[in-house]
Amino acid sequence: MGFLKDLFQRLFRFRSRAAVQQLPSGSIAVDREGNVVTSTVSSAYSKDLLRAIGRDVLTLFREAREAQTPLAEINIHFVSLRITARELRGGAVIFLFPQSALSPLPN
Amino acid sequence: METRHKILVLDDDTDWLKLSSEMLTHLPSKPEIRTVTSGARALALMETEPFRLLICDLKMPRIDGLQVLAIVRRRFPELRTVVLSALEDEEFRSRAYALGVDLFWLKTEMQRNMQMYLDCLESLLGRESDGGFRGIQSKSLMDIIQMECLSRSSTVLRLTRGALVAKLWIQDGELIDAEAEGARGEAAFSRILAWKSGTFENLPAEPNREHTITKSVNALLLESAQAMDERANPVAPESVEQAAHRKTIWKLALLTRENAESVVVVPPEGHGEIEALGTQAVQPLAHWTRRAVEIARRLGEHIEAGPLSHLAAHNLERQLLVLPREDKSFLVGWPPNVEAGPLLEKSKKIVASWDS
Repeated sequence: MGFLKDLFQRLFRFRSRAAVQQLPSGSIAVDREGNVVTSTVSSAYSKDLLRAIGRDVLTLFREAREAQTPLAEINIHFVSLRITARELRGGAVIFLFPQSALSPLPN
Repeated sequence: METRHKILVLDDDTDWLKLSSEMLTHLPSKPEIRTVTSGARALALMETEPFRLLICDLKMPRIDGLQVLAIVRRRFPELRTVVLSALEDEEFRSRAYALGVDLFWLKTEMQRNMQMYLDCLESLLGRESDGGFRGIQSKSLMDIIQMECLSRSSTVLRLTRGALVAKLWIQDGELIDAEAEGARGEAAFSRILAWKSGTFENLPAEPNREHTITKSVNALLLESAQAMDERANPVAPESVEQAAHRKTIWKLALLTRENAESVVVVPPEGHGEIEALGTQAVQPLAHWTRRAVEIARRLGEHIEAGPLSHLAAHNLERQLLVLPREDKSFLVGWPPNVEAGPLLEKSKKIVASWDS
């Protein structure tokens, strides 16, 4: 018990001193209006942030359609996050994969 | 000394012929006008005298205008042709253009817009016969083949140049067979590309046609273009246009080697011209590329995901890869059947070689 207590106290002290913003991880589904329908992303992330991701992804799909190149899937590769979005009847399913040095190389 | 062009006017209505001849004397180049009242007479006359332009009515006894035009197209592919008819039916207009006529004009319109009609005729008389395939004006045969392949169509292109007839079989955007001057396959294709002018028509596809061509169209076009260049200009010093042409050929070779379909190079708005190879939809794709990079960069900053590395996208027809760089962005198009894994490296290779 003493060991566990010590461990939790250390963790607690560490977290209270320095906080690192984690990148969102999980999936969200947005409807054609950009509203988040379902999400498996931690509730620590604001709904506005998820909505912003959904809105930008839908804009990319819509503008591709306007350019006569309707797309089924878009992958946005940032240095530390990969966003994979699949078009779904005007809306989209979006997967968020934080990247690390151990993550597989992007396609 | 400047030669006067000859115009042949064919119409069964003698009053109209007189009126038409009178009108054509107002042409600035003062061409020589000949008139005939029957198709047979017109064809006989064209066999003996060189004409620059044929103005033809459609509704005539015995041989109608469309029949005359069909014969003219085969026998005199260099001759410019104008249909001047009172028939307002859209079907005749389509059929006439399908036969490769340069202009279809209604008699009623001519009376209303005489000056415009004369301007068109003057333009046709003045146009140099510098090649090109009739049916799609001012398009080279290479353009026509690339258009068919890019649109992934299935068709048989029947090409006519005087008495010579050739055929190209295209299936799902791939050139599968060619036949010309007794040759078949790639040899026939090379011969066809040497034709500088002629007419073409699309025939129904023949999906069961035997495949005799294995190389990609781009590779064949490239080889033929290089061979033609070497023949046409073996040792002449290189002009700016030639250098640009050579660079284009080199870039095309780069795409072909890597099996990429297209590249669009997009500078920031108002900072230079868009450069593209292998696609007809240059402006829409360039606009999308610019917007995609802008949106992704903004999103990356918002969620603190670090710099944008690249974007990949696909649909059933193609795979796209957007590589943003400091001064411009590259959109590389790939066929759908190319393995997605090495695409990033292959695209980077194209980008790295592009301006070298």
